[in-house]
Amino acid sequence: MSEVIDAIAVAGKAALGFQAIFFVLLAVGINVQFGYTGLLNFGQIAFAMLGGFGIAISVTKWGLDFWVGVAVGLLAAIVLALLLGLPTLRLRADYLAIVTIAAAEGLRLLFRSVSATPLTNGTRGISAFNGDFLALAPWTTNARYRILGTSWSGGELWVAVVGWLLVTLSCLLIWALMRSPWGRVVRSIREDEDAVRALGKNVYVYKMQALVLGGIIGALGGMVYAVGTGSAIPDQYQNANTFLAYAALILGGAARVLGPVLGGMILLFILQFADAILRALIENGVIPEGLLTSTDVAQIRFVLVGLGLMLLLVFRPQGIFGDRREVMLDAR
Amino acid sequence: MPADPTPTEPAGSGAHAASLGQAAHHPPRRLAQAALRDVSWEVGVAKPDPIVVVDGVTRQFGGLTAVAVDHLEIQRGGITGLIGPNGAGKTTLFNLLTGFDQPNTGNWTFDGRSLADLAPHKVARLGVVRTFQLTKALSRLTVMQNMLLGAQGQKGESFFGALWPGTWRSQERSNTEKAMDLLARFKLDAKKDDFAGTLSGGQRKLLEMARALMSNPKVVMLDEPMAGVNPALTQSLLGHVKDLREEGMTVIFVEHDMDVVRDISDWVVVMAAGRVIAEGPPESISQNQAVVDAYLGAHHDAPLTVEEEDRVLAEASQAIAREEHTEGAILDSTTRQEGNDR
Repeated sequence: MSEVIDAIAVAGKAALGFQAIFFVLLAVGINVQFGYTGLLNFGQIAFAMLGGFGIAISVTKWGLDFWVGVAVGLLAAIVLALLLGLPTLRLRADYLAIVTIAAAEGLRLLFRSVSATPLTNGTRGISAFNGDFLALAPWTTNARYRILGTSWSGGELWVAVVGWLLVTLSCLLIWALMRSPWGRVVRSIREDEDAVRALGKNVYVYKMQALVLGGIIGALGGMVYAVGTGSAIPDQYQNANTFLAYAALILGGAARVLGPVLGGMILLFILQFADAILRALIENGVIPEGLLTSTDVAQIRFVLVGLGLMLLLVFRPQGIFGDRREVMLDAR
Repeated sequence: MPADPTPTEPAGSGAHAASLGQAAHHPPRRLAQAALRDVSWEVGVAKPDPIVVVDGVTRQFGGLTAVAVDHLEIQRGGITGLIGPNGAGKTTLFNLLTGFDQPNTGNWTFDGRSLADLAPHKVARLGVVRTFQLTKALSRLTVMQNMLLGAQGQKGESFFGALWPGTWRSQERSNTEKAMDLLARFKLDAKKDDFAGTLSGGQRKLLEMARALMSNPKVVMLDEPMAGVNPALTQSLLGHVKDLREEGMTVIFVEHDMDVVRDISDWVVVMAAGRVIAEGPPESISQNQAVVDAYLGAHHDAPLTVEEEDRVLAEASQAIAREEHTEGAILDSTTRQEGNDR
């Protein structure tokens, strides 16, 4: 029994830690693009990578202030969104999907390449750039604190607090936007672009705005992750993270302000809980070694998440927060 | 031009609106029909007061010429019906006129202003709105949200404006009132909070038309407004289309139902194979040989003469005789026949 409680505590920490914030912010960005506007951005992780490396490179290579690094990261994300959007947003939705997925993979390979090593340190990545940020913490970042049966370092706690603040702010922004006429236009574009064009709205501009906004939020996620881990390594930014963020979004409910937030937390909770409980069960011999060894756990938990998603889509296709009537409607 | 039709509209059509004011008080409603009485029934004829003028517009899809209109004028304030067999290029012409497609050659103007190379949303902002053959109700928005989308010049539709509700709230309120009036007129007011996706096909047509009217258009282009609508609703839709004319709008619509066309059009334009083959008042169209040929083919059901009947019979009996003689080849010939049929 104590194993279950331990597993819940560990999983609860994961659901509140910076990794959860990372996925939540990725998913919040995707929610703007995919959930509200209907844009298929399959390369959200590229925006996160530019955010993380924006800080890392600015601070360690160019000797700039941490906050200038944040600005550099955000600017890089905006530029990437414009570059990806300019040629594709006039075309059908599929083109953006193709271009973003290629850009995410291409950028990661570029950042880890030998020729980029002077700037990105190649596969080793960059570390020691978050000192200025941790110094702002109102408590000692080296000490450890016990919260609800789990142990947090002061640094982790500080990143989590600022991270959740960012999540709150971006949710407030999206809430404000989506209840405005701007949000109405954007949701109409998701339903039918041509109808919106015929009513005198410049669809292209709205799509670009949504792509940039989602990209900026994704970059913030990447920054939280980089600052949380204390390092920026190109291979941390695998595109699988984009799809985990999509899973979080669908889990929580797309086109809902809090859908991606809850979805991201639950995703991390399930992953960590499954990991802890399976390990405990194997150690206690409840699950025989022949069936499952502790080395398999890391993979099996993703299988469980996949199963859970399938069950969710069968029984609750709208996600946790979604509106069933809305999902059941004929998409046309 | 900024998306703000309200100040420009009265200035642009002031004289016209005045004459309409009279029309509203007096029975003679068909102003455009009266104006078109002396216009001759020939293709490309000049109208007394054209609002849309099309000149030498062609559109090719590969080797296929979908539209090749030499000259066409649309009378202001009238209902112009656009008819023609399937594939005549009616919808393509609509797409060209509203900027959804660009022609290979030609130019076309609205109120004397060229529409060439104008994006669809800019055409709409000038006051030319359209509906679609396949209704485009925005399913996962409510009926009211659909309506509000149609309003032009909304301050809250800009990204940064949206963040300051104070700047757009009053505008939103007046738009909502206007939308309620329109919904009441189209008998959709009870549905205002329902998702548009839950409406029936006919109600979607009504919603699409009402939504288009939210933008205070000058020209309304309806692509098959009656398709798939039950007869009772057709009558009410017809009434709404006539109302648009009473309010001074120019209506261009595509329709296949000749009764509908005859009932409401002031002028009918017939297209076939991308060309305008006839135009004139509705009563002139059914007598027009080119139109009859286009619809029914050159060998339509004119009664057979006795000689022709004999000849056909003789050919048939010959064919039967041939088949009986060459039994082995029957299978072969029938399969070939099927191939030809396809």
